[in-house]
Amino acid sequence: MNPISMLLVIVVAFFAGMEGILDEFQFHQPLIACTLIGIVTGHPTEGIILGGTLQMMALGWANIGAAVAPDAALASVASAIIMVKGLGGADMETAINTAIALAVPLSVAGLFLTMLCRTIAIPMVHFMDAEAEKANFRGVEMWQLLAIGLQGIRIAIPAAMLCMIPAEAVTAMLQAMPDWLAGGMAVGGGMVAAVGYAMVINMMATPEVWPFFALGFVVACIPSITLIGLGVIGVALALIYLGLKDLAKQGGGAGGGSGDPLGDILNDY
Amino acid sequence: MAENEVKLSVADRRSVWWRHQFLQGSWNYERMQNGGWCYAMIPAIKALYKDKEEQAAALKRHLEFYNTQPFVSAPIIGVTLALEEERANGMPVEDQTIQGVKVGMMGPLAGVGDPVFWFTIRPILGALGASMAMGGSIVGPLLFFIAWNIIRMAFLWYTQEFGYSVGTTIAKDLSGGLLGKVTEGASILGMFIIGALVQRWVSISFTPVVSRIEQAAGAYIDWANLPAGSDGIKEALTQYNAIGGTALDSIKVTTLQDNLNQLIPGLAAVCLTLLCCKLLKKNVSPITIILALFAVGIVGRLLGFM
Repeated sequence: MNPISMLLVIVVAFFAGMEGILDEFQFHQPLIACTLIGIVTGHPTEGIILGGTLQMMALGWANIGAAVAPDAALASVASAIIMVKGLGGADMETAINTAIALAVPLSVAGLFLTMLCRTIAIPMVHFMDAEAEKANFRGVEMWQLLAIGLQGIRIAIPAAMLCMIPAEAVTAMLQAMPDWLAGGMAVGGGMVAAVGYAMVINMMATPEVWPFFALGFVVACIPSITLIGLGVIGVALALIYLGLKDLAKQGGGAGGGSGDPLGDILNDY
Repeated sequence: MAENEVKLSVADRRSVWWRHQFLQGSWNYERMQNGGWCYAMIPAIKALYKDKEEQAAALKRHLEFYNTQPFVSAPIIGVTLALEEERANGMPVEDQTIQGVKVGMMGPLAGVGDPVFWFTIRPILGALGASMAMGGSIVGPLLFFIAWNIIRMAFLWYTQEFGYSVGTTIAKDLSGGLLGKVTEGASILGMFIIGALVQRWVSISFTPVVSRIEQAAGAYIDWANLPAGSDGIKEALTQYNAIGGTALDSIKVTTLQDNLNQLIPGLAAVCLTLLCCKLLKKNVSPITIILALFAVGIVGRLLGFM
């Protein structure tokens, strides 16, 4: 691969890496990333075909809540580079099929890398906190951009390695990650959201509103109630509760003597 | 009304809209989208607050925990812009109100955004583009890229503006008493939603098998003695339909998680969350807790109990 192609591949990989976390312009989706890699390496049609095929596989890969989906960015970029290298020695169909076969293990490797970045982002955000204390806007912005850049490098470095090192060595390295590590990170990732929620609770909780936390938790156990449904219930509860509080205040003020109207009527007799 | 009423200009709001596209840039396990949210709010904070202390306070309160689907975040940021504008003009909008509104909106709106964007619009456009691309045509990728981004950017702008106008209307109607009620209501809604999110989005599963019980005859499908051919399949499916998942094997396996779920599903998740609350109050650093949880996950997977 000539140097200019390599450079452009790294640029595309960087954008794909950024978009892998941003999830806005979709530069990380196979349709876009594989096409771009194909274009900059002089194999546009093969890139487009690979992109289309992988896109069908990746239709359901989406990050929901704190759960991380298989990584489309590394899968698209790495398999496209492998395909391009394969085109040097084999025919189009073989090259594309090899690339497709590697896409899923690559997506798992990419998943691991993004989990790493999301952990490294924690101290970065703490630096943002420090800058915020000083009202240093530039400082806050800098750390945000650095974090985005880190995610870009997450794909750019493997891409650069793939361009230079024989593909087999890189894929062997990516697949060398032991199952217990990847699985363990996934298990840990599922639990980690509790920390963020705990921070919110500590900020918002008063003795008065704890019952609503309990209610929300229990009602969420009914799987057929969607998050919107839960939102509706939450709003309704808040309105009812505030309304009752109001009534209680008015009742106490205007009730006058005793709080017992029946007793008052009987007393009048 | 004060003579020098500060307002967010269209240019300010456009700047927020543009930066909002980088919402997930510093996604982290501690406070998730908080960095990107603050980054997006900076143009508004600069426009509304001139005093360094107020700016610092604004930056800090916008670095709080936040996580939702990145596009439905737009109406939330719109409402927040309106609330901040009112606060800058002197209305006593508390931190609790703003955070309560964010937390109260982020869960339910994610429940809309995830299915609509990730599981409907993107797969449809993706499949459409992919089918054209598999034939080698560049129209496929182009169509996907252009259609998706037009929809996305328009949605981000118009819902942000909608949130802003709705938020301003609500805020304008707020007298002191009503504002206090909104704060309280926001706390109630926020705690309710967080309770729900703990149940739905914190996942702990204990895999150890607690018991293996040989089931009584009739409680499971006797595979060896089914009629041959499709009649056998029909018989098996009928029994499965009547009995359920436990019918597949003569041995009923109960895991620790099954037992916990009998008490209440998500019990471990809420216990973990409350433990984290305690630890955080004792000033244990969030990073420590997060790394510890990853370690527990890895050990659990290694030793086979998670």
